[in-house]
Amino acid sequence: MPATYFIDPNACLHLQHDTCQICVPVCRSRAIDFTQKPVEKELNVGAVIMSPGFGRVPDEALTKYSYGKHPDVVTSIEFERLLNPSGPFAGNVLCLSDKRHPKKLAFIQCVGSRDLGCNNGYCSSVCCMYAIKEAMVAKEHDPDLDITIYYMDIRTQGKDFDAAQKRAQEQFGIKFVRARVADVMGWNNRLKLTYSTMAGTHSFESYDMVVLSVGLDAPKSARELAEIGDFELNQYDFCKTETFAPLASSKEGVFVAGAFQGPKDIPESVTQSSAAAGIASGLLKKQRGKGIVLKSYPEEKQLAADEEARIGVFVCHCGINISSVVDVPGVDKYLEGMEGVVYHAESLYSCSQDAQETIKQKIKEHNLNRVVVAACSPRTHEPLFQETLKDAGLNRCLFEMVNIRDQCSWVHANEPEEATSKSKDLVRMGVAKARHIQPLAEQTVPVITKALVIGGGVAGMTAAMNIADQGFHCTLIEKNDTLGGNLNRVQHTVKGEKVPELFKQLSAKVKKNKLIDVQTNTELASISGFVGNFHSVLKTAKGKKAEENTIDHGVVIIATGGREHRPEKVLGAPITYSDKILTQQELEIRLAGKGKNRAPKSVVMIQCAGSRGDDLGYCSKICCTNAVKNALKIKEINPDYQVIILYRDIRTYGYAEDAYREAREKGVIFIPYEMDNKPKIETKAKRITVSFFDPILQDEVAVSPELLALSVGIVPEGTETLSKLLKVPVTADDFFLEAHVKLRPVELAVDGVYVCGLAHSPKPLDEVIVQAQAAAAKAAIPLVRGSVSVEPIVSHVDKDLCIGCGICTALCPYQAIQMVKGDDKKPKAETIIASCTACGICASHCPTFAISMGGFTNEQIFSQIKAFGEEKEE
Amino acid sequence: MAKKNKAGTVMVVGGGVAGVQAALDLTELGFYVYLVEKSAAVGGVMAQLDKTFPTNDCSL
Repeated sequence: MPATYFIDPNACLHLQHDTCQICVPVCRSRAIDFTQKPVEKELNVGAVIMSPGFGRVPDEALTKYSYGKHPDVVTSIEFERLLNPSGPFAGNVLCLSDKRHPKKLAFIQCVGSRDLGCNNGYCSSVCCMYAIKEAMVAKEHDPDLDITIYYMDIRTQGKDFDAAQKRAQEQFGIKFVRARVADVMGWNNRLKLTYSTMAGTHSFESYDMVVLSVGLDAPKSARELAEIGDFELNQYDFCKTETFAPLASSKEGVFVAGAFQGPKDIPESVTQSSAAAGIASGLLKKQRGKGIVLKSYPEEKQLAADEEARIGVFVCHCGINISSVVDVPGVDKYLEGMEGVVYHAESLYSCSQDAQETIKQKIKEHNLNRVVVAACSPRTHEPLFQETLKDAGLNRCLFEMVNIRDQCSWVHANEPEEATSKSKDLVRMGVAKARHIQPLAEQTVPVITKALVIGGGVAGMTAAMNIADQGFHCTLIEKNDTLGGNLNRVQHTVKGEKVPELFKQLSAKVKKNKLIDVQTNTELASISGFVGNFHSVLKTAKGKKAEENTIDHGVVIIATGGREHRPEKVLGAPITYSDKILTQQELEIRLAGKGKNRAPKSVVMIQCAGSRGDDLGYCSKICCTNAVKNALKIKEINPDYQVIILYRDIRTYGYAEDAYREAREKGVIFIPYEMDNKPKIETKAKRITVSFFDPILQDEVAVSPELLALSVGIVPEGTETLSKLLKVPVTADDFFLEAHVKLRPVELAVDGVYVCGLAHSPKPLDEVIVQAQAAAAKAAIPLVRGSVSVEPIVSHVDKDLCIGCGICTALCPYQAIQMVKGDDKKPKAETIIASCTACGICASHCPTFAISMGGFTNEQIFSQIKAFGEEKEE
Repeated sequence: MAKKNKAGTVMVVGGGVAGVQAALDLTELGFYVYLVEKSAAVGGVMAQLDKTFPTNDCSL
C-alpha cells in the first residue's frame, strides 16, 4: 500500500512492451519520468539490521487441504482480506465459489508449522492468535456463522492472550476441537473435512468454507541475504542466534530483528527492533551524531505586540477531491476584502513541494504574518505547513488549518451547494481565529543524562549494560544482597546453554563497568519529578539500620522481576511441598546436582499447576518448555526412567517445539487433561497417587510416581508498591501495563519510565534479554537528545487569576500540574510543561478562567464562534 | 577488535514493522539510516492486516 502512486513494472505496458505512456501527459504534476533507471549504490555503514520478515510456507502444506483446487479453501491472510471493509466484498464474508454467505466455517491450525513433512518442525507462534482474532471478527460480521477451530494445542501464551481465547469460546461461541485434520475435499458445492481425534476416531464434517492457518516460513531471500551478509542460518533458514545474545548474527556488526530471527508477533518484533537499534547505538557510540544531517531554519521574525494581522489564505482543490464538490474558486473569491486577509489564492495540491515554495514566496512578497490553509485534516498535514512557515521565518504556531475536505466535500458529497456554503463558513471562522493567533515559544527541558535501573536480575543487568554501552551513567539497585535474581537458580536453557556462565560473565561486566553504580540491599523509597528530571530517594539496608541517599536521573527502567508461584492447592488438592513434591525450578536444581539419586525413577509433571484459572488467571509462558527441559534431562541421566506430563496445551512455541518432539521421541508420555475432568492428586503416608483420564485408552489410570513435579506459574514481585510510587498502572494480574501493547511495548504511561523482564509478563530468558535491551534503547533516546522538546501547545496558568483551588491538579490525568507557592505566599497552580499533553481538561474546569491553552485561547475560540454567526455579505 | 574507522550510519534491510521501528529508533538515537525495502512501499505484512489480536484494534 504505497503512500504515493507507484508504477507496477510487471503490469506497465510501456515498461513491458514499450507502448502506451498515457500517464505521462495526463499527470498534472508531471510526476512520471520513464527515463529513470535502477541504479546501484555503494554505502558505507557501521552496522546492519536484518529485518526482511518472513516468507510463505511450501505449497504442498496447503495443497493437501485442496487449496488451489477448491476456491472456498483460503489462507488466513486471504481470509483477513475478506474481513476487511476495504477488501473484495467490502467486509462481507462470501464464498469465493458462488458468492454465497457461508453458514459453517472451519479453521485448520498448524498448516506448514509443527510439520516435518515440509521441514518446518517449529511452531509459528502467531497462528493461534490470528485464527481466534479472525474467527471473532467473522462472528461480529455474522453472529449466526458456525465456526470450528481444529487444533493440536491452543498456544495463546502471550500477555492477556488466554483471556481473549476464553472470550472467543464463551462469548462468541466459537468451537475448539483438538484433532488432526486428514484432508479437505470438495463435496457437492461444499467441503468435506475429515479429522481424527485423540481417541482414534475418524469423523467428517461438511463446511462452506475452510481457512488454513498458515505458518511463517523463513523469507524467500534468506539464503541470498546470508551469503551477502556472511552470517549463518539455522536449520530452518531463519537467522541463527544464541539465547544469551538473541539479536546478534554470527557476523560482527550484523543484527537481526523481527520474524527473521524466528517466527513472532508484532509486539515482539517491535521490541526486537528497538533492542537492535540500541545495540547498534552502543557499537557506534563514538560516531553518534556524525552521520546525521540537521536541518537549519532562518531566524524567526519577531512580531510586535500591536502588529496588525496580515493573513494569507490558500484554498486547496486537492486534485478533484475537494473541487469536484466544493466550488473552490467561489470560496477563494469569497475571501476578497475579508478583514485581515491580504492575500488569497487557489492551489491544486497545497501539500505538493512546489506549493510549499509558493507559500514561502507569498509570505515574503506580501509580508504575511499569519497563514490559513483550507484543505484537509490537520492531523495529517498541519506539521507539513508548519514546517513551511518555519522555513519562511515565521513561528509555526501562526498557522491555522481549515478542513474543507473531510468536513465538506466528503461528508456532503451529494450537496455541492451546501458543501460550498459550509466551506465559506469554516474559512470565515478560521480567518477570524487567525486574526488572534500568537507565536508560541518552542520549549525544551534539559535532561539529566543518567538512568536508574530498578532490579538486578538478568533484565536489570542487561539494561544497565546497554545504557552504559551507549555511554550513559546508570545506577542499578537490587533489594537483595547479591545480583542475579532468578539467574541464581536457573541451570541451563532448553537448548543446553549453561545459565550460571551467563550470570558470571554478565555480573562481572556490570560490576567492572565504570558507568554503572551497583547498589545492593537497596530499594526505591520515593521518587518525584518528570521525564529528564527525576529525583529519587534510595534506601539501603545496613544491618538493622537503613541509610538513605538521593540521586537525580533522567529516566527509570523497571526490572523488578518475578518468582515462582507456590500455590497451596493444585487441581483442588492441598499441597505440602517436600522432597517428593517439588516445583520445576526445584527439580531443575536437583537434576543439576551431583547426587546419585538426583533423577527420580518415575515422575509425574502437572502443567498449569495453579495457573490458567486454577489460582493465577494467566498462562506463564515458560512452564511447558521448562517441563520438557527437565524431562529431557531425566531421560539423559537414564533413558529408562519414566516421565509422564499431564497438560492442558503444550505451549512449546517457536523452536522449543523441537525439544517437545525430542521428548516424545525419547519416550516422555504426554497426556492432556480437561478442566471438567481434572487429574486427582492423593498423598497417603508419603505415597503419592495421581489418577487421570487417558484419552487414548479412554479409561481412568492411576500411577504412584516417586516424585511429583508441579509446573507452577510466575508472579511479579513488588509491582504494587512501585506502581504507586511511579504512578504507573498495572494489569489485573499485577504486571506493569505498557503504554501501547503493540507499538510501545516497553514504555509505560508516564514518560521516561520503561519496563522489561518478568515485571512486564512471564517470558523465557531470551525474550527477557531482548526486552531489557529494548527498554535501554528507548530510555537512551531522551539521554541522547539531552533535552525533551515540548509541543508549544500546553496549558498556561495566569497566576494573578489563580485562586489555588487545586481542581486542575486533581483532574489532570498526566500529573502535569503542581501547586507552588506564589509571590503572595498563596498556593498557585503551575503547569509542568514536559508532562502536559494539552488535553485541555484543566482549562475547561478552571472556575476563574485562569488557565488557557496555547493555540486555543478563549479569545481565539470566541472569535471563531462569533464569526460563525456573522455572515459576510457577498 | 581491530581498530576500524566505523561509519556513523546504519543500514536496515526490510521495511516491515520491524524495519521501520528499528529505523525510527536509530534516528532518535542519533544515527543516519538507510532503510532498504524491495517493494514499492514500507509497511510489510502489518499494513495488510485488518485488525490485531487480542484487542481487535485497527492494525494501521
